[in-house]
Amino acid sequence: MSTAQTRAPKTRLTTSAMIASIAAPGQRTAPAPFGNALVELAKMRPEIVGLTADLAKYTDLHIFAKAYPERFYQMGMAEQLLMSAAAGLAREGALPFVTTYAVFAARRAYDFICMAIAEERLNVKIVCALPGLTSGYGPSHQATEDIAIFRGMPNLTIVDPADAHEIAQATPAIAAHDGPVYMRLLRGNVPLILDEYGYTFELGKAKTIRTGNDVLVISTGLATMRALQAAEMLEADRIGVEVLHAATIKPLDLETILAAAGKGGRLVVVAENHTVVGGLGEAVAAGMLRAGIAPRFRQIGLPDEFLAAGALPTLHDRYGISAEAMARQIRAWL
Amino acid sequence: MSSTKQVLSPEARNGGFPHAGSNVSLRERAYRIRRHALRMGEVQGQGYIAQALGIADVLAVSYFHALRYRPDDVHWEGRDRFLLSIGHYAIALYAALIEAGILPESEIESYGADESRLPMSGMAAYTPGMEITGGSLGHGVGIAVGMALGLKRKKSDAFVYTLFSDGELNEGSIWEGVMGAAHWQLDNLIGIVDVNDQQADGPSSAMSSREPLHERFRAFGWHTQRVDGNDIDAVVAAFDAARAAKVAAPRIVICDTQMAKGVHFLETRERNHFLRVEAEEWQQAIDLLDANFSAKAP
Repeated sequence: MSTAQTRAPKTRLTTSAMIASIAAPGQRTAPAPFGNALVELAKMRPEIVGLTADLAKYTDLHIFAKAYPERFYQMGMAEQLLMSAAAGLAREGALPFVTTYAVFAARRAYDFICMAIAEERLNVKIVCALPGLTSGYGPSHQATEDIAIFRGMPNLTIVDPADAHEIAQATPAIAAHDGPVYMRLLRGNVPLILDEYGYTFELGKAKTIRTGNDVLVISTGLATMRALQAAEMLEADRIGVEVLHAATIKPLDLETILAAAGKGGRLVVVAENHTVVGGLGEAVAAGMLRAGIAPRFRQIGLPDEFLAAGALPTLHDRYGISAEAMARQIRAWL
Repeated sequence: MSSTKQVLSPEARNGGFPHAGSNVSLRERAYRIRRHALRMGEVQGQGYIAQALGIADVLAVSYFHALRYRPDDVHWEGRDRFLLSIGHYAIALYAALIEAGILPESEIESYGADESRLPMSGMAAYTPGMEITGGSLGHGVGIAVGMALGLKRKKSDAFVYTLFSDGELNEGSIWEGVMGAAHWQLDNLIGIVDVNDQQADGPSSAMSSREPLHERFRAFGWHTQRVDGNDIDAVVAAFDAARAAKVAAPRIVICDTQMAKGVHFLETRERNHFLRVEAEEWQQAIDLLDANFSAKAP
């Protein structure tokens, strides 16, 4: 019997159940942290406008659209127009927040972000849902290489927040930054974790979230959340894991990263919700090599391949970015 | 409306029409734009000369009849925006900006040279009066949509003009912008299409079906006019009608132009997208322009 003819048993995890949130069952969450933060910010900053390409509801921008209908531009499924119109609005003094999925910004609209926005240093904030592996729809929706694509674009600041706490803080921070920004977005009911660690977001700063003597994990985005969970698991095995969270991928806080990586003897692991090609891992590796720092180094990231469709917990485990998979890999390397 | 006299009163100067009341005719402006362009072309020995000669009449009408601007303050908030989507037409726009008093004539010799403010493809950061970075084709309409929306937010009465080309219509992003402009009823956006039937690999009409172009724009919801882009009076009338039309829609002026217009021996040269002109031919071309202008002077 072929796979297509097989009925899924009721206990099998499903793709659609995971569309709304990446939160684990029972995990603390906050609803639509980006949309709510933007509405708050827009009260004080009348120049803020919102644009999307038929994805307001799926990027939490619908909250802004409802609060400020006269400041919201629905451009339809036209990402090239979306980015160039945002450039035009920025030229006329508006502060556009543009949302779509990361795949469409990175793959379809690249030239328009590059030439209409970044080359002219225009003040446009591009906020994109479904970064890395946060959709079970397969490669059409999985932006596994968005950071690799955008890292090569001059002038562009790249931010990958870990949770709802950080998104709420990063939203006003990127608005305060004068220049184009690409921010990866976790949408819907977004896990809350960094508030427990007293963390505050600062654009361009990597920060130590927890300390440990055996392993240094340098991580970004939701991989930081998973790294913190993995660190708890490994602590039970008396393995001390330090987690250094680099929310800003570009410009990268190499000073902090190299200082931590240079503290001898620890295994250095970079963990990211992104292909191992061209992301934070290779940025850190190049930085260390240029500085003459050569610890034992490993990458936790998505493989260089088009990934499968399915339910996210299954896929995160298969491709190594679930907390359990991270702990497994680190144990094996020690 | 006449091609020989400016129609605006001197008071208009303060309203952003710097050449109002000038005795210089639009025909002479177009002649001088062509002349500046040929002199820049000679610096490189080849280039986008045929486009510059073809669009010179449209640019003369733009900068000496239609556009509001202040030559000494290119960022003046009240200005009409003129976007050059076709970056390689920069040589033509530089010629117009020189004639308009925005760029000094002395920079002609620097066209396309190291450290020049006049690179081969137009970029906003390099050149006063160059509103956007074009060249990666298909950007000008979308940016114009955003600027037109932005001007409406500010309750500005300024227009956004965006110049693109028939070859550029190959780019799908143009049509995203065309649909968006109509959807947002952008009556402050005026598109200008230069239809010269040439692009890098040959005739545009042989590459992608284009006609009936005016019917296409009309079907997309634009206020549509089509004129001979080398007929100054017709272009003036079309620009006036585009601004004055009482319709809640973007406006398009489709301009059919002759590549290398005004220099007969270049007009008939085939494949003139990136024209190679022999050393001795530059002076012949300028002499021909001068003679034609003098002969037909009123």
